[in-house]
Amino acid sequence: MAIGLAHYLTVAAILFTLGIFGIFLNRKNVIIMLMSIELMLLAVSINFVAFSVFLNDLVGQAFAMFVLTVAAAEAAIGLAILVVYFRNRGTIAVEDINMMKG
Amino acid sequence: MAVAVVFLPLLAAVLAGFFGRVIGDRGAQLVTCAALFLSAALGILLFRDILASEGSRVIPLVSWIVAGGVDVTWSLRLDTLSGVMILVVTIVSSMVHVYSIGYMAHDPSIPRFMAYLSLFTFAMLALVTANDFVQMFFGWEGVGLMSYLLIGFWYDRPSANAAAIKAFIVNRVGDFGFSLGIYATFVIFGSLDFGTVFGAAPKAVGTSMEFLGWQVDSLNLACILLFIGAMGKSAQIPLHTWLPDAMEGPTPVSALIHAATMVTAGVFMVARLSPMFEYAPTALAVVGVIGGTTAIFAASIGMAQNDIKRVIAWSTCSQLGYMFAAAAVSAYAAAIFHLFSHAFFKGLLFLCSGSVIHAMGGEQDMRRMGGLWRKLPWTYGTMWVGALSLSGITLFSGYYSKDTILEADWAAGTAVGHYAWVLATMAAFMTAFYISRVMFMTFHGEPRADEETMHHVHESPWVMLIPLLVLATGATVFGFIGYDFFVGADRASFWKSSILVLPQYDSLAKVEEIPLLVRYLPLIFGFLGIAIAYVFYIVDATIPVRLASRFRALYLFLLNKWYFDELYDWLFVRPAMMIGDGLWKSGDGAVIDGLGPDGVAAVTRDLARQASRLQTGYLYHYAFAMMIGLVALVTWYLLPR
Repeated sequence: MAIGLAHYLTVAAILFTLGIFGIFLNRKNVIIMLMSIELMLLAVSINFVAFSVFLNDLVGQAFAMFVLTVAAAEAAIGLAILVVYFRNRGTIAVEDINMMKG
Repeated sequence: MAVAVVFLPLLAAVLAGFFGRVIGDRGAQLVTCAALFLSAALGILLFRDILASEGSRVIPLVSWIVAGGVDVTWSLRLDTLSGVMILVVTIVSSMVHVYSIGYMAHDPSIPRFMAYLSLFTFAMLALVTANDFVQMFFGWEGVGLMSYLLIGFWYDRPSANAAAIKAFIVNRVGDFGFSLGIYATFVIFGSLDFGTVFGAAPKAVGTSMEFLGWQVDSLNLACILLFIGAMGKSAQIPLHTWLPDAMEGPTPVSALIHAATMVTAGVFMVARLSPMFEYAPTALAVVGVIGGTTAIFAASIGMAQNDIKRVIAWSTCSQLGYMFAAAAVSAYAAAIFHLFSHAFFKGLLFLCSGSVIHAMGGEQDMRRMGGLWRKLPWTYGTMWVGALSLSGITLFSGYYSKDTILEADWAAGTAVGHYAWVLATMAAFMTAFYISRVMFMTFHGEPRADEETMHHVHESPWVMLIPLLVLATGATVFGFIGYDFFVGADRASFWKSSILVLPQYDSLAKVEEIPLLVRYLPLIFGFLGIAIAYVFYIVDATIPVRLASRFRALYLFLLNKWYFDELYDWLFVRPAMMIGDGLWKSGDGAVIDGLGPDGVAAVTRDLARQASRLQTGYLYHYAFAMMIGLVALVTWYLLPR
């Protein structure tokens, strides 16, 4: 069975959904949230590359590179924020991060 | 000169009131007394000028209100009537100012007191020199306000505040009638100027106007409404209840405002408006009935009271009834004559009682006095002068003025006149009784105060005694001197045009024809009253006690002032409180606040609380919301349309 576009898109969709559930169902750790975001970004990147091949257009792959760069930067900044946050509050459990509660 | 007479007290009040801290207690006393003395001296000169001139003179000062048909000019009307009133006001007021220096010496707020007194004098002078109804109303309200402030002068006493509020509210009832009377006058005559109204009064006879859906005689209506104002101000039944309570104020205030000047404003007003009242016989009959009833009613209460100032206050009430009884038979001149001599002897009596209270260290109950005459010889002597004058004993001024009133009432020959004569003659007996009772209980017999108080009893300083002597002189000689001018042979040339009496109603002209017994009955009653008081309180002091227990119901009836206060409490005060309570709690609290401020606030707070519950603070909730929103938007655009 030849692996076609539909398969790639299915994998990407599954990854994306996993990311979303990682964010919503995760009650423990913020790092897992960050990882879920990475997962979603990866899913998007797979979409970009798959469509790029399918349409014969390199722009999609170039965009995937951009997304990876941004994801790396975002992970760095996110972790840095987490470190500072842990120093200030002593916890990074998701349940305890509710200072915006009205 | 007339301007100076009226406005000097105002100037002094401003100086003492606003700059009292700068000029100090002594400065305030000096400024106000000097201004008042100057005003009194100029007032005497002014009075001489008025007597020498022909008719009335009007000095326009400022145009005050010009609106459509209303044109009110602030002006001074100078004729014999206002001249007499200026004399009374300035002389008594300056004496009271001097007396206050001694009486209020230990008070912490002397400048305020002096400023109030002077401001009162200004308002009273504005009232008596008014040339139209609006200015009169200004003075009328001005004296009412100062009366309120001075009754409540010791504002840390709840009773004084209650008395001040009572005086103000009862006067408001009268003033409501007065203002209705002014409106009625404007409707009838289209003007509020005295000259215009008086000139047009004869033409208004027999016309009628609509009032509360009834067709009534317009002049009678206007005069009765105006007289309701006079009833409030002059403490006539049934608006008399405030006057005895007003004794909560300092004694100089009682002497000046609640004896000599302000309470006589009603009498003055009726005399001033004599050109209207003369054409309103029904209104005059009302005046006579009210006046005669008040005369005996207040005198009967005065016999049973124990507070020295309250006895004299009820006496004032009664004497004002005499004045109205005189006005009712067109003897306005006799009313003003009695007003003048009353100002002297009643001011004197109040100042003397103040001197006694001062000596007793604030004690006002006569049952704890007695035997003071050796310690207070000057006060004792002058107070007897006042008492004899009030009792109408020959040669004292009260004799002339009171007898003239009674004679005029008899001579008028009308039913109202006879009614007033009977009641007022009986009241004359009571008057002599209660004032002698005051004298005997206060000055004679064994001292009933404790050793400590008696030891401290001392004669008042000269600054308080001199006003007593001046007023005592007035109370002695004034009647003899003034009789011919005010009500005797020279009265036509004395009053000129300031008082109008129609020839057919001129009761003073007929006083020569009355029987001898009628003429001397008041005098006999006066002596009888003094004699009975002597027997009751000196010869055998057990008689009044036995009488009080024998006729217990009557005694309590008199002691409790005919239960007027209780009646009003039950009739007006309590329902008013209930309505107020209901409106406050259910009307304002539940409905207005509930639907208005409180309700809106509660709804807002509720909505906000609901809204704030949306903000959980958990990241995943926000992310979920974003997600849902995104899905919704995408779905919306992808849906086939």
